[in-house]
Amino acid sequence: MSDRMDAVMVAEGAHSEKAQRRQYKRTPGLMADGRRRSWTAIVTMVLLSVLWTVPTVGLLVASFRTRDDTVASGWWTAVFNPFEAGWTLDNYERVFQGSDLGEGFVNSVVVAIPATVIPILFAAFAAYAFTFMNFRGKDVLFILIVALLVVPIQVAFQPLLNLLGPRGVGISGDYLAVWLLHTGFGMPLAIYTIRNYMTTLPRTVIESAKIDGASHFQTFWRLILPMSVPVLAAFAILQFLWVWNDLLIAKLFLSKNPTVIVELQGLLGAQGQGKELLTAGAFVSMVLPMLVFFTLQRYFVRGLTAGAVKG
Amino acid sequence: MATITFEKAQRWYPGADVPAVPGIDLEIRDGEFMVLVGPSGCGKSTTLRMLAGLEEVNSGKIFIGDRDITNLPPKDRDIAMVFQNYALYPHMTVAENMGFALKMAKIPAAEREKRVQEAAEILGLVEFLDRKPKALSGGQRQRVAMGRAIVRSPQVFCMDEPLSNLDAKMRVQTRTDIAKLQADLGVTTVYVTHDQVEAMTMGDRVAVMKLGELQQVDTPLGLYDRPVNLFVAGFIGSPQMNLLEATAQEGQAKIGDYLVPVDETAAKKMKGNITVGVRPEAWRIVSENEGGLPVRVTVVEELGADAFVYGSSGVAGTPNNIIVRVTGRDKVHKGETIHVTTDPHHVHVFDTATGERLSD
Repeated sequence: MSDRMDAVMVAEGAHSEKAQRRQYKRTPGLMADGRRRSWTAIVTMVLLSVLWTVPTVGLLVASFRTRDDTVASGWWTAVFNPFEAGWTLDNYERVFQGSDLGEGFVNSVVVAIPATVIPILFAAFAAYAFTFMNFRGKDVLFILIVALLVVPIQVAFQPLLNLLGPRGVGISGDYLAVWLLHTGFGMPLAIYTIRNYMTTLPRTVIESAKIDGASHFQTFWRLILPMSVPVLAAFAILQFLWVWNDLLIAKLFLSKNPTVIVELQGLLGAQGQGKELLTAGAFVSMVLPMLVFFTLQRYFVRGLTAGAVKG
Repeated sequence: MATITFEKAQRWYPGADVPAVPGIDLEIRDGEFMVLVGPSGCGKSTTLRMLAGLEEVNSGKIFIGDRDITNLPPKDRDIAMVFQNYALYPHMTVAENMGFALKMAKIPAAEREKRVQEAAEILGLVEFLDRKPKALSGGQRQRVAMGRAIVRSPQVFCMDEPLSNLDAKMRVQTRTDIAKLQADLGVTTVYVTHDQVEAMTMGDRVAVMKLGELQQVDTPLGLYDRPVNLFVAGFIGSPQMNLLEATAQEGQAKIGDYLVPVDETAAKKMKGNITVGVRPEAWRIVSENEGGLPVRVTVVEELGADAFVYGSSGVAGTPNNIIVRVTGRDKVHKGETIHVTTDPHHVHVFDTATGERLSD
């Protein structure tokens, strides 16, 4: 959970910076805000980016090597001697032949899309109420919801398996169970993030809507939702990636329709045989999340509220 | 079309020790341009927001015409509001912004378009109807906010410092535009500002507020000529009225050796410590032996047609800066000592302790 929180904060920081950058004309040698370019910063950033990318590059390289090679030497030896490395597409071939990755893909999509849309929609409703409506116990309720962030998924599994399983409502193993769980576990952070964003929306805009005769429902759909697109998109990306990469919930609650990640895990034998397939499989499973990220990425820009109020 | 009546309307924010507005009584005539003015925190915005329905009224009543609107939701009050920061909807075009209220009121699209077009023509916004607010200048945004108010042809306009985000030049121009527009439309308007120049230039009548209480409601000139207390005297007028502390002795007001001429009503009523108010333009320069108040000149602001002279008299109780308006140019120079006096009907006498006006 805390990983996701960090990611949200990073995302928020990123889009406000971008918005700032957009406001100024670029001048060579100067940064967008008019300060001098700092070479230390540039070098540090490049260094950090490289550092963060190294494991993924290693994975990519390893996915094109045979099992024997990966056991015998590190992936970097292949990078340094690219002509003697003995590249192979064998892993990818076996991944597609030896497993139901295609079906897993479909299952993953069926899981991930509702498990992204539902919590965001509900959380947006809740966040609107927490931001713009007055009701008794609002603060206590909000604290309670935020406090739920600290509940680790694992501790909730036992009671949830009972509740959703044959002894309870009996939906364990269906998509519905996974949607519900992802919604439940995603909501606290979603409400928290979206509410924080909504409090930064100009209050007078909502007051103006009130005078213009818009109901809460109309205010939400026509004003607040369009103005919240940056945070909704940011959170959608995070939630989608989280659900897509989830193994635990899918493994436990979706036994009938294994997702890509569950299929991947199935490639790995108990003694570690087939681990060379895992590298290739990982890259295959990454294709869709990457696509999602790059299409939604432009919404990370926070410029949407520009022009609502002065300046 | 509509009068507005506040009857002891009170707003007490939850958890506050004192009410923001303890109970305001105010009558605004049909078609009148009423300005609420006062320093920040005086409750003028709260009063306006009570009228708009954005602030709960804890006790008392508010009427528009003879409708009791105290507990009506904002949309049923038939009002429109212009906000300080305009509060435009950023993702809608100018036309959509202006038509939003009509859309909410389920007015057919053709009618809506016609009214938006009319309002846009009045405000010179026709060519911008398809733009988003972020592609407009500050002045244009301000006009869109005005347009949003007038398309609805409401009974009352509420304006909450609509000019304070404009630059000085735009502000002066828009000030006139709004006043003219209001006069043309004849819609009762309540306008909140902290700028007394705006209040004086725009209002049919001006209500001066302080700490949630109405101090005086009068025409701009009425406030200028007969401020009811020290606060109004100091607040209205630029440069400020000279407020000098004096003592009353046997019907005479004395500041050091200087005897201030006062009118008869004040002469009878005053005793003990009083404060004498003289507007900068009410001073006359006299020769030394005529017994005026001596002023040692520290700064002269030449404005061309006239000049403001700032100086101090060195007499206890007088402010550091005595301001004297001198007509013509090059008459007074820095470092000189001039003597000034005034006439009884130009002198405002106040009781120092209560702040009440004693003059006629």
